[in-house]
Amino acid sequence: MIERTSRPLALVVGVVVLALFLLPLLAGRYPLYLAIQILILSVFSLGFNLLFGYTGLLSFGQAGFFAVGAYGCAKILLAVPNLLLGLAGGVVAAGAAALILGILSVRHTRIYFSMLTLAFGMMIYSIAWKWRDFTGGDDGLVGIPRAPIQIPGLLNLSLATMERYYYVVLVVSILAILIMHRLVRSPLGLTLQAIRDSESRAEFAGIPVRRYRLIAFTIAGLYAGLAGALLPPLENTVTPPIAHWSTSAEPVLATLMGGVHVFGGPIVGAFLFFMIKDIIVRFTEYWLIWLGVIVVALVMGFRGGVASIFAR
Amino acid sequence: MSDLLTIEGVRKRFGHFAAIDGVDLMLPAGRLTAIIGPNGAGKTTLINLATGALFPDSGAIHFKGEAITHLATHHRVRKGLSRSFQIMNIFWRLPVLENVLLPVLSRRGRAGAPLSRLEREKDAVAEAEQILRDIGLAEARDAPAGALSHGDQRLLELGIAIAPRPELCFLDEPSSGLTPVERTTVLTLIRKLSAERHTTFVIVEHDMDVVFSLADWIVVMNRGRVLAEGSPAQIRAKREVREVYLGEELSA
Repeated sequence: MIERTSRPLALVVGVVVLALFLLPLLAGRYPLYLAIQILILSVFSLGFNLLFGYTGLLSFGQAGFFAVGAYGCAKILLAVPNLLLGLAGGVVAAGAAALILGILSVRHTRIYFSMLTLAFGMMIYSIAWKWRDFTGGDDGLVGIPRAPIQIPGLLNLSLATMERYYYVVLVVSILAILIMHRLVRSPLGLTLQAIRDSESRAEFAGIPVRRYRLIAFTIAGLYAGLAGALLPPLENTVTPPIAHWSTSAEPVLATLMGGVHVFGGPIVGAFLFFMIKDIIVRFTEYWLIWLGVIVVALVMGFRGGVASIFAR
Repeated sequence: MSDLLTIEGVRKRFGHFAAIDGVDLMLPAGRLTAIIGPNGAGKTTLINLATGALFPDSGAIHFKGEAITHLATHHRVRKGLSRSFQIMNIFWRLPVLENVLLPVLSRRGRAGAPLSRLEREKDAVAEAEQILRDIGLAEARDAPAGALSHGDQRLLELGIAIAPRPELCFLDEPSSGLTPVERTTVLTLIRKLSAERHTTFVIVEHDMDVVFSLADWIVVMNRGRVLAEGSPAQIRAKREVREVYLGEELSA
């Protein structure tokens, strides 16, 4: 949509970004760890919402591409300790997987698309379990180094401390958010939203609908892959549960809580998701039940998500 | 007059029901044609076949001399075919301007530009704004299309249909559900656009006043076939056409 960012919103965004850059000076390791998780889920959810909120396709299989990104990055870092290569490799692998599975998935819409993506996601999950030689099976991949950023002859930036890795994730996430912001306001973004509103009308506007759905699916896969690739250097391990469908549910929940039809909705939702989880886990191990209750309350209380209050 | 669209021996069945049961039709450029007939006569199915929403079981469709029988819709649109819908079909969450901007961008090959900004597509935006002025919706430019009145949505429907600059444009009941005043607006507009834009319109209509005042040529359909065609005066004179509209059974 042709819309101008309002002044109060620009101020909020500016303050948040400044606070994020100052965070390592104010907070310890755990808040930084949490902030990294929030940023990763933000990137993951933004890609998911390009498909869901902008193109009208609800994918339940994004964990598959998240896992391809994570395993891809981990394998590269175990062989060549250079974070840039790891991230790039994870993103490319996830994008390729999304392109191939997308060709099969975007032939369908609505519940058929959702079920197909769920099936493909679980297929990747079972590959993560069974292909022991590559994925390490249920042991996963361990000892993944938080490798330095190296550009031969130019740069060799060690990321041994949590603070440094936090800054890498922050900068990469902000770049990913800016690119997505540009995408949804471009002619491509308009085309995707038009397909969401009316597939048949879009065809009669001269749009090859399936090709554009595939483009959206692939971009969502690239974002899932980037999010996944940022995780192994943080955790130092990758195990099959990250490919499980419950991981696919995280961007769905974050987006629904934050707001489907607001650009920043998935980011606000990712923040809420980890805040709520972090607080509830202190009181009960049945945190998922309470998260469910809160999601239902937020979705019903804030129609269009929490972030929609900024859009009005 | 040269033939823009020719339909030869086209048939389409849905199960045991022959929706289109052997239709031959030629639509020459510049002649405003109205297709009439009772409900279930196959009028909308014929539009769906001509525009690629459905493919025929047999027969051939040519557009500007080129076979398009099994061509995908978006390719037909690029060749100069377009349509509006009987049931409201607009991009209801998008602002009015962007509803007509999309087909304009698509025609200009800019619909997939990933990193440009809409504001920067100045030529396309100017063209879309001109269309809004043509259909009288310039003031509603930034309103969400879903918030427009029914009449204005029908006007927008027409605007989206003409935005690809079609040579041939099907309008499926453009005046349905409109007040008499809105109806006059729509008809004046079709006549004006027909003259200005070098677009040949084919309208499907139930309102006989509209049909006889607007059309140069009338095609009467019944039960999946073309029953009669001719000038409004010729059609008015035909007895069997009146029978179809009175709902009487035709004697074989």
